[in-house]
Amino acid sequence: MSAREEILGRIERVVPTRPAADVAADYARIDRGYLRRHHDDGVLALFAERVADYRAAVVRVPEHELPAAIAERLAARPGEHGIASGLPEEWTAATAAPLVRDPAADALDGLAGAVTGCAAAIAETGTIVLDHGPGQGPRALSLVPDYHLIVVRAAQVFPDVPEALERLDPSRPLTFVSGPSATSDIELSRVEGVHGPRTLEVLIAE
Amino acid sequence: MSPTAGTDRVAETMPTYVGMPSFPDAAREAVADARLRGNLAHATTTIRGRRAAAVAELDDWEALRAAGKQIKDHVLANLGHYLRLLEENVTAAGGTVHWARDAAEANRIVAGLVKATGETEVVKVKSMATQEIGLNEALAEEGIAAYETDLAELIVQLGDDRPSHILVPAIHRNRSDIRDIFLRAMDDAPEGLTDSPAELAEAARRHLRAKFLSAKVGVSGVNFAVADTGTLVVLESEGNGRMCLTLPETLISVMGVEKLVPSWRDLEVFLQLLPRSSTAERMNPYTSTWTGTHPGDGPRDFHLVLLDNGRTATLADDVGRQALRCIRCSACLNVCPVYQRAGGHAYGSPYPGPIGAILSPQIRGIGSDVDASLPYASSLCGACFEACPVAIDIPEVLVHLRARAVEQGPRHPLERAAMGAAGWTLRSPTRLALAQRAASMGRRFAGRRGRIRRLPGPLSAWTETRDAPVPPPESFRAWWARTNGGTEGDGR
Ligand code: SF4
Repeated sequence: MSAREEILGRIERVVPTRPAADVAADYARIDRGYLRRHHDDGVLALFAERVADYRAAVVRVPEHELPAAIAERLAARPGEHGIASGLPEEWTAATAAPLVRDPAADALDGLAGAVTGCAAAIAETGTIVLDHGPGQGPRALSLVPDYHLIVVRAAQVFPDVPEALERLDPSRPLTFVSGPSATSDIELSRVEGVHGPRTLEVLIAE
Repeated sequence: MSPTAGTDRVAETMPTYVGMPSFPDAAREAVADARLRGNLAHATTTIRGRRAAAVAELDDWEALRAAGKQIKDHVLANLGHYLRLLEENVTAAGGTVHWARDAAEANRIVAGLVKATGETEVVKVKSMATQEIGLNEALAEEGIAAYETDLAELIVQLGDDRPSHILVPAIHRNRSDIRDIFLRAMDDAPEGLTDSPAELAEAARRHLRAKFLSAKVGVSGVNFAVADTGTLVVLESEGNGRMCLTLPETLISVMGVEKLVPSWRDLEVFLQLLPRSSTAERMNPYTSTWTGTHPGDGPRDFHLVLLDNGRTATLADDVGRQALRCIRCSACLNVCPVYQRAGGHAYGSPYPGPIGAILSPQIRGIGSDVDASLPYASSLCGACFEACPVAIDIPEVLVHLRARAVEQGPRHPLERAAMGAAGWTLRSPTRLALAQRAASMGRRFAGRRGRIRRLPGPLSAWTETRDAPVPPPESFRAWWARTNGGTEGDGR
């Protein structure tokens, strides 16, 4: 007997499989008395505060000042920065720092940083979610370089985890980012900066 | 270790650490080690306070906890259905699913997959399942080197040590221990390395970077697998998980068959419960999800190994089954007074603390001294149950397993496993509170099972000698709080 048949057989003897409709009916009965969101108002301010709690730099900028804000951030970090196809052209229109569009995998470790957009953000937990679609690049782009600048549009910020998850497409690879790389492994205290980007900066465009 | 019928099963399922003495013997040694106790007390006391704050921030915590429990119970009650669904969806998304009856089979599968790539090295992100099956040792026997990439795992691996905590396997090491280990065993450790946590983290970053960039095979565990989409989820902090999950060409993930959730939306519960319970954060720094393979991004080859290894046997026990709800957050360790004194190693398994005390004997069977004694590695104070984000009634399972241990076989010298033997002096206010807790457990137990009139094992002694209703001068929890987790003078 194959391992699959044997394991499923062992399970079957204890909890026999029931018709899918019965399973679905039971699933629908799960009591979801928890809140869909913990905050209604001041969602953007909450998001900015919660991201900053992780010791990431957060700046709220009017949409039209975004190019200047990006240029200023990158100027402070000498070296080439990676960007992905699909990043709005105007975002980097004012940037003087050298940019590499869609860098090759083996070039990533030599980059000073990466600039990406995102798919959604969660105010309550200060989380930004990338789905690695246009303007975000493959997962390695915002992982290997030591600096990550993320642009979050105000409309992408959801108050809490449930509403953000609803909007995300699980068939895409997703990366949830809450602050810079950190560890709790030394005496259970959070220390920023291990393998992922040690500096995370967030621009909220409104 | 007594050569009992259970020994073979132990070897096939989860290695007991060689020559592992029973819990009280191992705990006695640990309790005598003042430095270990100091490190543990410091770390667990810190995290306890932070976790309480992170949980208190959400008014609906109890509702989330109840939903988490119900979702997991629903999965367990329909496990075959959801496993087939997961398999179907992972396969449709380009992944390959393997099934392993036990540790030996899982190790053979992983070793075979690595060999098929022609590689002799793998990078690993911390995974309880691969520790449970002893994967690194099994790969080493096949000439494959497994590099642990979590900071704590690295500390354990370089220190030639054993993990002692689910979340922070090197919790028994303080910063100066870590510096010493790095200087001794890390070939590229910078000269003049100090014990500042930032410098230690930097040393680890430099040490592993080249490995990440050149690795062709990654091995991971899984925190959640979403049955209706085939999505796998890994939560982590350092970014080593992202490295292992996305840079290699081949990814092999090993998960216990119970790690399922039915639907994508269920993550809305667990992504709130897990980070706050484990690292006391609103959210852990990084969570990665992937569904099969994604062209142009990440591994081209994805393999998922579904591991039974005693889980279906645990499922068959209607009281013990709830242990399979566990999401490995480690909150129960951090609040446990016995764990804080005895340390993780005394539990003789990769699963220490309260969850280990109910999981290891169920996965491995009560065949060895350490497993037979584990159900006694608790004072039944109930702090673990209160902290558990999926409401596993650990004291209930402990009492149940004690009864099973007594029923099964010649009377084991279990009484000496009572907490007194572990060097844990039960001072009077504590003892009273514990006895009362035990008595209330007993009532619950008798009520539910309807047969047992008297508590088994050492509890019988407690129920028999306990003076009737003397109200405790102070509850256990109050004593615990007042003495800062028993670390400060008891002021008897
Ligand atoms: S038993 Fe509960 S508290 Fe303990 S690790 Fe598992 S989920 Fe966390």
